[in-house]
Amino acid sequence: MTPLPSPEEIKTLIEAGVPGATVTVIANGSPSAQHSLLLDHEHARAVAEFLRDHAELKLDFCSLVTGVDWPDTETTAKVKVKKLVAGPDGVEQEQEVEETRKTKVPGYLEAVYHLFSMGKKHGPVVLRLRTANRTDGTHLPSLTPVWRSAEFQEREAFDLYGIVFDGHPDLRRILMWDGFVDYPMRKDYVPPEDDILVTGVKA
Amino acid sequence: MLGEGIIQGLVETARNFFGSYVEKDRLTTVQYPEERHTLPEASRVFPILLYDGDDAAKGLRCVACQICEKECPPRCIHIEKSKDKKPDFVGKQQFYPAVFDIDVAVCMSCQICVEVCPFDAIRMDKVYELSTSDRFGGLLWTKEQLSKPNEYYQKIHPMEAAETDERRVKELAEAQAKAAAAAAKAAQTASPAPGDASGNGASAAAKPATAVHE
Amino acid sequence: MDLEPIAGPGELLEVSMGPHHPSTHGVFRMDVRLDGERVVRLKPVFGYLHRNHEKIAEKGAYLAAIPYTDRLDYLCSMTNNWGYVLAVEKLAGIQVPERAEYIRVIVAELTRFQNHAGLVGFLLQDMGASGTPLMYAFREREKVLDLFESLSGARMMCNYMRFGGVRVDCSAEWLDEVRQLVGVLPRFLDEFENLLRANEILMARTQGTGVLPRELAINAGVTGPMLRASGVNYDIRKVDKYGIYDRFKFGVPLGEHGDVYDRYMMRILEMRESVKILEQALRDIPAGPVIDPKVRLRGLRPKVGEAYGRIESPKGELGFFLISDGSGNPYRYRVRPPCMINLTILEDMCLGENIADTVIILGSVDIVLGEVDR
Repeated sequence: MTPLPSPEEIKTLIEAGVPGATVTVIANGSPSAQHSLLLDHEHARAVAEFLRDHAELKLDFCSLVTGVDWPDTETTAKVKVKKLVAGPDGVEQEQEVEETRKTKVPGYLEAVYHLFSMGKKHGPVVLRLRTANRTDGTHLPSLTPVWRSAEFQEREAFDLYGIVFDGHPDLRRILMWDGFVDYPMRKDYVPPEDDILVTGVKA
Repeated sequence: MLGEGIIQGLVETARNFFGSYVEKDRLTTVQYPEERHTLPEASRVFPILLYDGDDAAKGLRCVACQICEKECPPRCIHIEKSKDKKPDFVGKQQFYPAVFDIDVAVCMSCQICVEVCPFDAIRMDKVYELSTSDRFGGLLWTKEQLSKPNEYYQKIHPMEAAETDERRVKELAEAQAKAAAAAAKAAQTASPAPGDASGNGASAAAKPATAVHE
Repeated sequence: MDLEPIAGPGELLEVSMGPHHPSTHGVFRMDVRLDGERVVRLKPVFGYLHRNHEKIAEKGAYLAAIPYTDRLDYLCSMTNNWGYVLAVEKLAGIQVPERAEYIRVIVAELTRFQNHAGLVGFLLQDMGASGTPLMYAFREREKVLDLFESLSGARMMCNYMRFGGVRVDCSAEWLDEVRQLVGVLPRFLDEFENLLRANEILMARTQGTGVLPRELAINAGVTGPMLRASGVNYDIRKVDKYGIYDRFKFGVPLGEHGDVYDRYMMRILEMRESVKILEQALRDIPAGPVIDPKVRLRGLRPKVGEAYGRIESPKGELGFFLISDGSGNPYRYRVRPPCMINLTILEDMCLGENIADTVIILGSVDIVLGEVDR
């Protein structure tokens, strides 16, 4: 078992090997310390090929593809603002007023790839890809052409999360039936009310 | 030689066939329902509620804390807390479940309710022949159906029950000692006016419900 | 009676194998396109048993997911438990006492033994050896399940492991019973191997059928006995050395051809290695606690972060990926199902084979639909 380079070292390797690729190291606070690398869409496949074929890394085994849903979040912060306020005598004065401001942080869908090496017997190297948002920009480049093992798992992420993998050879629903509309693993999914157990008891 | 492998296999089949008449190891089936395996002690099917003494309503150990309801993975337990209280085995006033239903159609016999129960109130039964023709009511077990005396538990899980009983005897003794000490202290401080001062708490502790059977 | 030909020369025939077909080991369907008897296209269709296991686990506490993992690959609940608790232990940084590690190894190897015995029985049944090998396998499996019942209370849905150890300690009598069983297993394995290993019909049927080339196996993420049958030396017990597997001496059997026969032999040989591990573990098991009393089973709240834990389950690499947001239930709970990912290359193995051989190729993959569909 050869020791795996640290995420920072892998980042440097990628940036040297794939010109133009931007890689961000995302720290993991748990005791497992499995840090991950966030890739940009444009170079994702080139980076994946680079990692697979690199003589030292040789990450030939993509073990796991995970879809994750990060919904839109709202942060409320109290901000002090200067404002013209009409005083008791009718004259407008500048006063400091506290205002609560809500900022919407748009959510995104994420695909997480866990890579190992069968030859070098090391890993995991964790790759992340993030969509632009959760509604209309849910496209990600597919890594199935690089690792066949992603084929069914990307289909599953498409089925349950609605991530569209561009370049996937056969992107269909896999666990839910064709014609099902929603994405059941999303955090805001509401199950339909036509459950046979509910209607059966009511009738 | 062609066919050697097939003959070799047939020898094994013959060995097993004739062996099954003489070796117990080769014939493990029993003729159910006339013959039955004895279930091991740890065996579990569905939960039961334990009570002390003869009266299920009075001696029920459950205090309706609802931990099992919350921890149950398939959420098959439904509990409604009582409005009033009754004394538990050490004499402390506790709530009791007004309603305690388990939907055994949903229950998956995982035993997590037993693990999380701090009052030794819920345990696993070993009865497994439970088919019913009523799909809804027949599979929703109420408090009355679930209540089983501690003697029953001692019979089905003897080792576990002995351990639980031992702990409960100790707890009872500790509670009694504590109550006695509190009563003595109360008697000391309230010596000018004895009688009423060592009121409810001590008297309740002095004669606890006959809780633990040995 | 004259039958109308439904497909003329050069035309293809589409056959839906399953979902209710005895050879599919559950509700599983293969959309097969045939040229005569030869497969030209095969698409696996599944999800009939889908119950969104991952969503259920995300809605419950960390503890509540353990009994659900029993129901993934319902033949191997002990290893499923282990995979999950290993991931939680990585996520929360929990240590496991020595004795618990030994008990885990013992029950995991017993699980591997009974899974492989059952699989070989089913595979031979698929080939037409009706009954006999399967009954022999189930006879031995029954003895293992009896041991599981007296240890954990249930034969299949054991719900036995906990973060930081195992739920209850095993008694000395139980260990003696296991020793007794492990003592007779080699005899069973000899008989089981002699039964069909050299059988000419079996060899003609399986050798060279459903070949999985080494490079494709690696690229497609195939794991477990199937990968090793293609000659790749990758056993997570050796690679990750999770638990205490570095203390045992055992070999990793490797195939040469990657055909159905190699996959069949792989299971037989792995059972022998499991017996070796069991003998060593039963010899060395120390006394001591089986669970760290400081670990909070109820209301476990790991720090914000994520962890991927994996084990070598009898079917392949079983992994659990958990993301914690600091609350009492996992934010993301993901299973890496070895059966489903091993099915990725089902089409590649079946192309050009006869339709009757798809049955044994599927059988040699070793799937359990509870895990494929989750």
